[in-house]
Amino acid sequence: MDEQKKEEPKPAETPAPAAAAPKPPAKPAGPAPAPLDNELVRRLRARFGAAVGEATLDRKQAIVVIGRERLLDVCRYLKDEEKFDFLTDLTAVDWLTRSPRFHVILNLYSFSRNERLRLKVPVDGPCPSVTSVWGTADWLERECFDMFGVVFEGHPGLKRILLPDEWKGHPLRKDYDILKQDTDWVRENLGIESGQ
Amino acid sequence: MDQPNVTTTVLGADEIILNMGPQHPSTHGVLRVKLKLDGEKVIGSECIIGYLHRGVEKIGENRTYPQFAPYVDRTDYVAAVSNGLGYCEAVEKLLGAEAPPRARWVRTILTELQRIASHLLWLGTHALDIGAITPVFYTFREREEILKIFEKYCGARLTTHAFRIGGLQYETYDGFEEEVKAFCRDFEKKVVEYEELLTENRIWVQRTRNVGVLTPQDAIDMGATGPVLRGSGIRWDIRKAFPYAAYDQFQFDIPIGERGDTYDRYLVRMEEMRQSRRIILQAVESIPEGPILARVGKVIKPPPGEVYHSIEAPKGELGYYIVSDGTTQPYRLRIRPPSFINLEAFDKMVRGHLVADVVAIIGTLDIVLGEVDR
Repeated sequence: MDEQKKEEPKPAETPAPAAAAPKPPAKPAGPAPAPLDNELVRRLRARFGAAVGEATLDRKQAIVVIGRERLLDVCRYLKDEEKFDFLTDLTAVDWLTRSPRFHVILNLYSFSRNERLRLKVPVDGPCPSVTSVWGTADWLERECFDMFGVVFEGHPGLKRILLPDEWKGHPLRKDYDILKQDTDWVRENLGIESGQ
Repeated sequence: MDQPNVTTTVLGADEIILNMGPQHPSTHGVLRVKLKLDGEKVIGSECIIGYLHRGVEKIGENRTYPQFAPYVDRTDYVAAVSNGLGYCEAVEKLLGAEAPPRARWVRTILTELQRIASHLLWLGTHALDIGAITPVFYTFREREEILKIFEKYCGARLTTHAFRIGGLQYETYDGFEEEVKAFCRDFEKKVVEYEELLTENRIWVQRTRNVGVLTPQDAIDMGATGPVLRGSGIRWDIRKAFPYAAYDQFQFDIPIGERGDTYDRYLVRMEEMRQSRRIILQAVESIPEGPILARVGKVIKPPPGEVYHSIEAPKGELGYYIVSDGTTQPYRLRIRPPSFINLEAFDKMVRGHLVADVVAIIGTLDIVLGEVDR
């Protein structure tokens, strides 16, 4: 708290240069996303046109938005031609109020280029499965389905992985009500009202 | 990918389904494996996980950034220091801050000590699973020394919470350098001791050579990282690929295997312990003076945006993907767990082997169920 109060009046007065000097790199110069336009993005745009959405650089990390219709083609291209042969991670983010509600996030890595690339796929309904491109996607997509309820079309065996099969709801959704889950369970299984 | 058919296909006349775990001493926690057997040969497997799921990522969304730091210690609970380093650095990246040099040096030392401790635990239990009872007594003796250093530094042995966003929680105690050096001096001989027990032991070699082979192509396709990937012959380590903490300041080698079998992964981890010792010795000689905490503010409030940061944890690539909406709590906090993704390759590795080898393969993957299930 103290720190913040101190910081706010600082730009107006700018006293004590010795104390102010180490501060700027810490907070005010907070990194902000900037548009990205490099060779790779240009090649992607040339090949896939409108399927390649906004490209940004956030904290020096490349992020490209991809339309779900062409996702599989883009992934195959990235793996075979651009040598992004490693799927580091696949997950999702629930933007409850936005129109395509979920962003499926694919974190790619290329051994030969030593470079990471993050794909964002806005989806409302199902998302194409990338298990045919990277084997890792199998469990990661199952986890994503388990936690967010995003259905991956073409997945060889989409079922829950961390939670029991009979679990209701998808816990990492923003509208997942933990309290309701508890009171319902207690009522149903114990026949009493939960004390929560 | 082949999992569903373990339980859905019709069994042949000689085939049976065998349940292993979740209560089984050699599954290293609550891992349950369904094995489809033809006599003693494994022809299919399915891992059933989630028994230790605590919703860590959901908890993360409901805690402030510093509040969440102790929780990450409890994912891979035998390498809490590494988890803390990954998380703190991810938040620092999100803030655009960097820990001061002294903090980065001490972080490197503690994290490498943690790597040794984690590998020692793995070595002892892995050998125990295969039937060599002796090594566990020796490895726990040295692990104890490391835990004592942790305890003296931050008061905790396992769930240390040693670091803080922006630097270190505590200044090093008096005599820290000497104790770390003394440990390193003795440890060189100790690794030789372990190797004498195992490396040329005929039973050990027969139980691990050509068991659980993972080809380099499969390792990449299945997303394996850490010693599992390196055991398959791919020289890749995040400490070299994307240096963090103070790793770019030190000399060390990345050991790799040739055949991608259990024995190679054993050799890789043994060499990694030696290399960690090398890093610690270089670091402890050159700890810079100065502050241990960057000025990050008492309220951690990263600007909106997202970051992915990963470190080379003892088990593999441990990544944190954090989305900030500009408040004091993460909007989304994803942990990329190395154990979970390495375990995915289990089915590929186990097919065609005997039931007794299943134990060796679970051991060689070096999984921690707290991290698999989160």
